[in-house]
Amino acid sequence: MKITRQAFLALLAAAARAFSKPRRMAMAIDLSKCWKDRGCTRCAQACHAAHNVPRIPDRRREIKWIWEERFENAFGQESAGPAVAGAPVPVLCNHCEHPACVQVCPTGATFKRESDGLVMMDEHRCIGCRYCMAACPYGARSFNWSDPRSFLRTLDPAYPTREKGVVEKCTFCNERLARGQQPACVEVCPFKAMVFGDAADPSSAIAQLLRTRHAFRRKPELGAGPNVFYIL
Amino acid sequence: MSERAIIAAGVALFLAGACFPFWRNAAAPPRPLVLPLPAGERQCVAPVAYMRASHGDLLLAWRDRVVRSGERVFTAPDGRVRELSLVRTCLGCHQKAEFCDRCHQYVAVAPECWSCHVDPRSPR
Repeated sequence: MKITRQAFLALLAAAARAFSKPRRMAMAIDLSKCWKDRGCTRCAQACHAAHNVPRIPDRRREIKWIWEERFENAFGQESAGPAVAGAPVPVLCNHCEHPACVQVCPTGATFKRESDGLVMMDEHRCIGCRYCMAACPYGARSFNWSDPRSFLRTLDPAYPTREKGVVEKCTFCNERLARGQQPACVEVCPFKAMVFGDAADPSSAIAQLLRTRHAFRRKPELGAGPNVFYIL
Repeated sequence: MSERAIIAAGVALFLAGACFPFWRNAAAPPRPLVLPLPAGERQCVAPVAYMRASHGDLLLAWRDRVVRSGERVFTAPDGRVRELSLVRTCLGCHQKAEFCDRCHQYVAVAPECWSCHVDPRSPR
């Protein structure tokens, strides 16, 4: 059997598509855009409303998926010059390349999804040991010390709540990604400060942004490989 | 003599108490539960016999497909593409209070679905 050059190339292209690389979902937050309104917390509000995250007044027991941290607390004292010290930085789960939380979870309740790199939580399997909270260097996880429903004024039936005794965190809105939508925080931001997409795809907006702008991450020296990038 | 009477009375009382459930059921046999089926729908996502016996296993399999594998839809035997969702697919037809809760109460089981998942008809 003889194969033409054209057929051979078509075959190669088909094989390349079939064995395409897994996606690596990442987020870039442009802080100069974010700081156009330093009092804005719409990303956190939208996220917490979409996922039934309760507002618990006791800070030792609060639940947060995305929240505001002072610049020096997010990036370290030595990196905070006078221009940025005290400025609010939105922080969330970094969906790390090498997530410490996944390494320590004894039940496999938290795992890194092969197809797109999301660090997922299977609340059904969580036994509430909080190893993941101790392991996470970003404080991105919260524990339900009590029934979260008693702190929820409105309840969106489209998304489950959690129950007492489990850990929760940002999931990069995997339920919205499955419907072809952007994460809730990205969608609601009035300044379009957040860009979300597949960093492994060179033609994606996020990949181009990360190529052309200087981006930095939280605690890169730990080697966790966070997938949330910041741009100034 | 009096001791024997007390013992006999005690044994009789115990037997009466221990056998009470059998007498009660013999007097009024428990009626089989008839659950209201959703109007307008002719077929569930699997045959009725399978759903009666194994809907719990089906839901656990759905859970793993959604949470672990990221699958969100499936093709039902009638050819319709449906979402792998307790709240949107099952409760899209069935009423939780009238269907799930009544049968679970009847057979005295307490699945934990609703400590997190929310019934859209009565959220709380």
